[in-house]
Amino acid sequence: MASEIVVVGTSTGGLKALQTLLSGLTADFRLPVVIVQHRGSTSENGLCEFLAQSSRLPVTEPEDKEPVMSGRAYLAPRDYHLLIENGSFALSVDPAVAYARPSIDVLFECVADEYGEKAIGVILTGANNDGARGLAKISSQGGVTLVENPETAASHEMPRAALAQTRADWVLPLEEIAPCLNKLVSAVAVHYGS
Amino acid sequence: MSTVQRAVDKVEDIEIGLLLEGLYRVHGFDFRDYSRASIKRRIYELLRAEKLDTVSAFQSKILHDNACLERFLLGVSVHATSMFRDPSFYLTFRKRVVPLLRTYPTVQIWIAGCSTGEEVYSLAILLEEERLYGKCRIYATDISQAVLRRARDGIFPLAAMRDYTSNYHQAGGAHEFSDYYTAQYDHVIFSSALRKNVVFSEHNLATDGSFNEFQVILCRNVMIYFNKDLQARVHNLLYDSLSMFGVFGLGNKESLKFTPRETLYEHLNEKDKLYRKVA
Ligand SMILES: C[S@@+](CC[C@H](N)C(=O)[O-])C[C@H]1O[C@@H](n2cnc3c(N)ncnc32)[C@H](O)[C@@H]1O
Repeated sequence: MASEIVVVGTSTGGLKALQTLLSGLTADFRLPVVIVQHRGSTSENGLCEFLAQSSRLPVTEPEDKEPVMSGRAYLAPRDYHLLIENGSFALSVDPAVAYARPSIDVLFECVADEYGEKAIGVILTGANNDGARGLAKISSQGGVTLVENPETAASHEMPRAALAQTRADWVLPLEEIAPCLNKLVSAVAVHYGS
Repeated sequence: MSTVQRAVDKVEDIEIGLLLEGLYRVHGFDFRDYSRASIKRRIYELLRAEKLDTVSAFQSKILHDNACLERFLLGVSVHATSMFRDPSFYLTFRKRVVPLLRTYPTVQIWIAGCSTGEEVYSLAILLEEERLYGKCRIYATDISQAVLRRARDGIFPLAAMRDYTSNYHQAGGAHEFSDYYTAQYDHVIFSSALRKNVVFSEHNLATDGSFNEFQVILCRNVMIYFNKDLQARVHNLLYDSLSMFGVFGLGNKESLKFTPRETLYEHLNEKDKLYRKVA
């Protein structure tokens, strides 16, 4: 089953991890990459521009009802949850989930619902357990799951929490995640799982 | 994915559709065209709080138990708001909209989806400081009676004032913010002079029509909860309710770009989501 979307969740240590991930994706990467990076509610205004510098894909913060486009990276805006519905982004200011808004679980659970087995979920470094439930849901719907190796992650809690709930398809050091995604996405013909 | 899992999910979606349809047919509340992704989350949170297991069980309780219906209505919408939310929006309003409003003899303003009123009091303060308040009439509407009652009272938690004061100053406010309220225990009461020209009333954007012509309409962070169809319908309603060259304001992450009315407005300021009707 060909994948249609990649979702990525991270918190502490995420900036560097995202730089490595984005810079490793090929320019012709053909899926949308949707990122939740936990961020303070006031600081880090230039995060998007910062990430764009190391990415071959354009990086933007989506607005409500913006269509999700292939070959682009999207960063969840601060202070909103990011969801996807019928191929477009939907934002919400529902209360924070486990202190986080944007919440990784909110995006991942929604994407698991929307895309089922066509979703790829990635959990990177982080210092809390957001994303664990969401990744488990992606996995239960038949989606593909990747988790950064907690041993080498800048912050191991988030990958570890994810692995406690999901038998991930891949557990990889940071540098190998982008190459793995490149392969997964270009190898359209390969049949994953069952 | 297992076919069993898929079937369970399908059932959930059907149940939610039925619940919303039932709610509309029995009580007239129309959430059918709300964004499913986020309403689904909230329905599940509410049903867990009711200690129920299925949406069907929740539906039955909502349709037969009025107290449960009330809890549902309060919980299914998101009422989060704050004073001078996105200060730069208000700063731009001061710089770009206030000069336009000076040219009108009277100004009708509609704040649609005003929640507990923080936005209304913010705008009233701004207009008061620009010496425009006297000729303005603000219609502040929401679907929920409960939040409108709180908006009318103008009582907000004291703990929020630190953030609001900082927002107020970033929004171009030059006075002492505390001049506008009186603190009492852990709450503050905003000056009743600020709601002298405000009419709070119930209005449902999904089912009610236009009720006046306005020079300014703010509808911020309300339509993000609607699906595309309803959003388009409400954009039409707001457009029709706005006078020519009237000003339209959206939330920070909302956009006219993906709506049918896009070309009929010009940007006053791209970043702050302030538009002017030009066609
Ligand atoms: C997140 S609040 C936004 C409050 C304020 N405008 C702001 O930006 O801070 C959304 C409000 O929209 C109201 N609302 C939801 N559906 C509505 C409808 N169909 N008609 C009118 N108001 C609605 C909710 O009751 C809630 O108070």
